[in-house]
Amino acid sequence: MIEDFKRIYETRHEYIKGWKEKHPDRKIMGYMCTYMPEEILYAANVLPIRILGAHEPQNVTEPHIMGMFCPFCRDVLAQGLLGRYDYLDGIGITYTCQHITQAYESWVLHKKIDSFFIATQNSTQTPRALPYLRGQLKLFKEKLEDWTGKEITEEDLRRGIEIVDTTRRLMREVYEMRKAEDPPISGLDSMFMVVASQMSDKEEFNGILEDVIKNELPGRKAMEDPGIRLMMIGSENDDVKFIDMVENSGGSIVVDDHCTGGRYFWNTTEKTGDALTDIADRYIKRPPCPIKDIPARNRTAHLISLAREWDVAGVVEIQQKFCDPHEMDKVAISKGLEEAGFPTLYLEFDVTVPVGPFRIRIEAFLETLGSEDLF
Amino acid sequence: MAKYKTESLRCWDKAKELRQGVYDGIAKARDEGTMIVAGGTESAIALPAGFDMEFLGGEPYGASCTFMGIKDSSKYMKYFEAAEAAKFPRDLCSYMRLGFGSFLCNSYAFGGTYPKPTFNLQTHICDTHGKWYQIMSELEGVPYNCVDYVPFEWEIENESEESKDLKRDYVKNQMLDVIDWMEKVSGKEFDDEKFINAVNWECEATNLWARCCVVNRSIPAVMDEKMMFSLYVIAVLMRQRKAAVDFYRELLDELEDRAARGIAAFGDERLRLLHDSQPPWHSLEIFRYLEEFGAVSIGANYSFALSGGWAYDKENETWFPADPPRVAGVELKTREDACAWYANWLLEYHIVLRSLRFSGRGKNQRMHDIVKKWHVDGVMMHLNRGCEGTAVGQMEMRYYFSENNIPSLTYEGNHADKREFDLPRTKAKIDTFMETLGVRKFSEE
Repeated sequence: MIEDFKRIYETRHEYIKGWKEKHPDRKIMGYMCTYMPEEILYAANVLPIRILGAHEPQNVTEPHIMGMFCPFCRDVLAQGLLGRYDYLDGIGITYTCQHITQAYESWVLHKKIDSFFIATQNSTQTPRALPYLRGQLKLFKEKLEDWTGKEITEEDLRRGIEIVDTTRRLMREVYEMRKAEDPPISGLDSMFMVVASQMSDKEEFNGILEDVIKNELPGRKAMEDPGIRLMMIGSENDDVKFIDMVENSGGSIVVDDHCTGGRYFWNTTEKTGDALTDIADRYIKRPPCPIKDIPARNRTAHLISLAREWDVAGVVEIQQKFCDPHEMDKVAISKGLEEAGFPTLYLEFDVTVPVGPFRIRIEAFLETLGSEDLF
Repeated sequence: MAKYKTESLRCWDKAKELRQGVYDGIAKARDEGTMIVAGGTESAIALPAGFDMEFLGGEPYGASCTFMGIKDSSKYMKYFEAAEAAKFPRDLCSYMRLGFGSFLCNSYAFGGTYPKPTFNLQTHICDTHGKWYQIMSELEGVPYNCVDYVPFEWEIENESEESKDLKRDYVKNQMLDVIDWMEKVSGKEFDDEKFINAVNWECEATNLWARCCVVNRSIPAVMDEKMMFSLYVIAVLMRQRKAAVDFYRELLDELEDRAARGIAAFGDERLRLLHDSQPPWHSLEIFRYLEEFGAVSIGANYSFALSGGWAYDKENETWFPADPPRVAGVELKTREDACAWYANWLLEYHIVLRSLRFSGRGKNQRMHDIVKKWHVDGVMMHLNRGCEGTAVGQMEMRYYFSENNIPSLTYEGNHADKREFDLPRTKAKIDTFMETLGVRKFSEE
């Protein structure tokens, strides 16, 4: 049921520990970035779990990460240092932004845990990326085989792809339903859905998704008055209080592009060759994080296309304070969206969000978007 | 009377002339309409050297803007303000913001209008670099390409040769692709001989500078870090040119002579410090302030290794100057040879580029090695808000130093944006640090 999404999100640790009791012979790996190839982990019978912050002020990370690194990476590290993820058997990361890599490195320095670094590339536009990434994924597979004591076959990889692709396909189906004039699921529940998928066993989660799509969403209206349609883009954001506030202020988030949203699952795997090549290809072709969108800026076109297809009136750009990759994109992206006819509102986030002041800004934004209706 | 004899560096004026020559060359190219290429200097700058061109390097340009504004900061402050007015956030890389602002003001810090490049070429060495010139290219309306770079891990992590080979091929093949691209966008033919020479000279120049830094293990130190800033920058600006090789040969001879004769950079040296990160270019006086206590900064991983050239001795777990091709008995005959060598050089021996991404045990080990080998009494770490790459791992390094009884001081600042630096507060921190080291100012003794 839709309520399961929120339940898993809010009780993630209990869920995962419960899963571990049911599967004592399987390992759990925490990961910090959505470029982690979960397919290979599922192929190895390892449960991949995204590590996210708790949105609580904390004072444990200052000795480890300088204050001008993003709040998200410090919140993530805090969870590790506070022992909230001590049930993990391993932790992994791909080559990604400097901030989250800091969190990973500090975690590895101070917690006794098996660690896996995958030296993925940044650029997704050079033809050299595919053979390179395939090679690194092969090395990761081999490390997992050593770790688990189990060979990972081509068949296992295909199975892993199928598990993760099913989740992607189903969530994409839910997002497509949000094109409706009265979307059957709110932005908040959609975010719960995506984040819950990152924190649960996808084989179980797919069952929930199928049930929701088949039995709950048809004919459902998420909100009495869907209000003004918005797209939300930016860096990692699972700030439920903010989304809830927006959707109680006359707005409705109908689509998004961020890594606890659509960017995580947007494309599925194309079958072109061997499984590792297909997995690498999928991560190269997925909507890029800004840090991977070089040398050409391809994100703008994708965002404009989303805004058009989901018929949004405006775009809220949320980003973690000090998040350089997104800050470097914001001027061009805002300009591109506005020139395409989509007004934007830029908000800077921290671990906790000032809901009151943000409400004023959101309401003002919604008022400007709805101003045509006044006359 | 000072404890040690001092002398001015004979090649000091030569260094100034070479530095100014780079910027004058860019101005001349602008005025004559000849080719300018822009990008980061912390990148594969030998690549565009296959053309007759002048290279505008973003980082030293930013540092120059700041340094030149020491007496009057209004000139470079307007660059920052222009970038902020264009909505680029203030916590972004300071050098980058100066570059944006310089273009937006249509101003070249060395006089005249902004020298628009024919194309921009970058190596993606940190979160910022690849995006920096993406933005510049959009602003300038010029073509842009970028070599993606995934550094080798620190040696302590025992990365497999297979992973290293993947990285070597990845970087090498991108370089070959970029050469074709440069020909296409410039309409000019790439000269392989010029490129091969540039690779050779880059490796030789950085080897020589690394050897100069090794000389600074001497007690007293023959260079202090403030002096080093004027010398290391030759490699930053022009390591791919023969003039840099010639300069560093001359400098190395002079430094070895100074070491043999016990000539000091600072006559009253009684305490040796290691700095970390870029300095606050607007406030280099902090290095002179150290001298009031008899302290000299003998360098930094940054100034030692910013342009590469350090190899790892696995047996002794230490770093040493890497051998350039001709010393290693390797002749680079073709473009492919040069790209293969160059890719490996940047991956294996460019430890500052590595440290911008990876810290942890490896970076701690590197810093500790410098502390030991250069006889360092304490470490001063600039928690630099203007450059996240150099800030990577600093707090863990501080932790590590504490666990290993190496005194350390952190001070917050910004290497190029003076608005984020508090000089009196930094001096007060230095005072306290010196007290913990049991050292007072000479004037108070």
